[in-house]
Amino acid sequence: MTTRFAAPTTIEAALAILSADRDARPVAGGTDLVVAARQGRKPLPASIVAIDRIAELAQHGVSDRALVLGGLTTHDWIASSADVAAIWAALADAASIIGSPATRATGTIGGNLMNASPAAETTGPLIVLGANVMLRAIGRGSRIVPVEGLAVAPGRTVASADELLTTVIVPPQPENSGSAYVRLEYRRAMEIAVVGAAARVTLSDDGRIAAARIALTSVAPTVVRAPEAEAALASGTADPSTFRAAAEAAAAAAQPIDDVRASAEYRRAMLVVVVARTLAAAVARARGEAIPMPASRWAHGQEV
Amino acid sequence: MPELLQLTVDGVALSAAIEPDRTLLRVLRDDLGRTGTKEGCDDSECGACMVLIDGRPVNSCSYLALQAAGCEVTTVEGLAGVEALHPLQRAFLEGGGIQCGFCTPGMLISAVALLARDPDPSEDAIRDGLAGNLCRCTGYQPIVRAVQRAAAEMRGETA
Repeated sequence: MTTRFAAPTTIEAALAILSADRDARPVAGGTDLVVAARQGRKPLPASIVAIDRIAELAQHGVSDRALVLGGLTTHDWIASSADVAAIWAALADAASIIGSPATRATGTIGGNLMNASPAAETTGPLIVLGANVMLRAIGRGSRIVPVEGLAVAPGRTVASADELLTTVIVPPQPENSGSAYVRLEYRRAMEIAVVGAAARVTLSDDGRIAAARIALTSVAPTVVRAPEAEAALASGTADPSTFRAAAEAAAAAAQPIDDVRASAEYRRAMLVVVVARTLAAAVARARGEAIPMPASRWAHGQEV
Repeated sequence: MPELLQLTVDGVALSAAIEPDRTLLRVLRDDLGRTGTKEGCDDSECGACMVLIDGRPVNSCSYLALQAAGCEVTTVEGLAGVEALHPLQRAFLEGGGIQCGFCTPGMLISAVALLARDPDPSEDAIRDGLAGNLCRCTGYQPIVRAVQRAAAEMRGETA
């Protein structure tokens, strides 16, 4: 039962409570924390630190060519930013299909990452785009953690209970690169990925694949890189047969589970399709072709 | 320990002493007597509990009431004027956008939020804007048409 509630307006004040009160947990929009409590999956913490009034955490924008997002940046802002769509497209693909308009208006990038769901929409895109987060605690200052190393298990991250995610930093992207995020969905809204894939592909001057990063959603306890698929793309021609070979390598290495949403067998079979279509969208964007946002809708029915 | 919550609901300043785990929906309905806002699923799937907090759509069933302190909350009860219904309410009524009516408060609030940011939405944009609201009567077609009709009226075009 929740007995304590605080709504600090500075990062320092929030950190002081998180440090002094062992039961204290932060809440931003509540679209995961409070929903989980309503569904009976996890009770509310005994002590709640509402961080949504901390103005410094709500700042966002492009600084020195990097995308710098305070932890409170909403999915709505990300989905409607022209800069994100142009440079960090995979992140816009993901932010624009989270939940419903209400989820996107209230849910935050910091919450999505720290909730550490294996189905988290923004995590895969941030991994392939090479993003880092800043975790801050009182007395220890800030440390930088790659998004790839943030989640360690469903609902668990490397952050200690007194640390707060303050900032997400997405670096400038390589020349001749493009990115995309595609999920298999049973419905368009209030959905989470049955399986999903994010990719960033960099093309060389002759149009071949110079480098590729792929991350997979809902096929492991955390969102994971797919090194087998990345290796299958190395120096390959950027065409459907290469995409398919990489997708098959990703599916062969994935370890999905059976649950109420899909069987492991179905997830593995669909991962081949989803990875191939994600690569097709990322390569098209790397060539400067316009793939509409979100790529998930474009990908539906593509022959790849 | 109860905390004092002060907020504005549909233009009226209100307060209540509440426990910190209470949701905004429960406080609106049980403490403040604002029962126009409905409880459907109680876990953010259906949208019947939709309200605006400082203009932004929120599932009030899954929002801590204390996080709305000092905010301007708009419920379905705040849409109509003294003399006339809101154009969306009238369009829903006249166009059959209501069957059992239980989803209607949430549909209306989501439609208000949509039209505030996009006064001339395409049919696809309307469906996206209402994507967090379920109608178990499956009366979606007349709901979409009612939003189109109200949007035209609010833009000053004759319906």
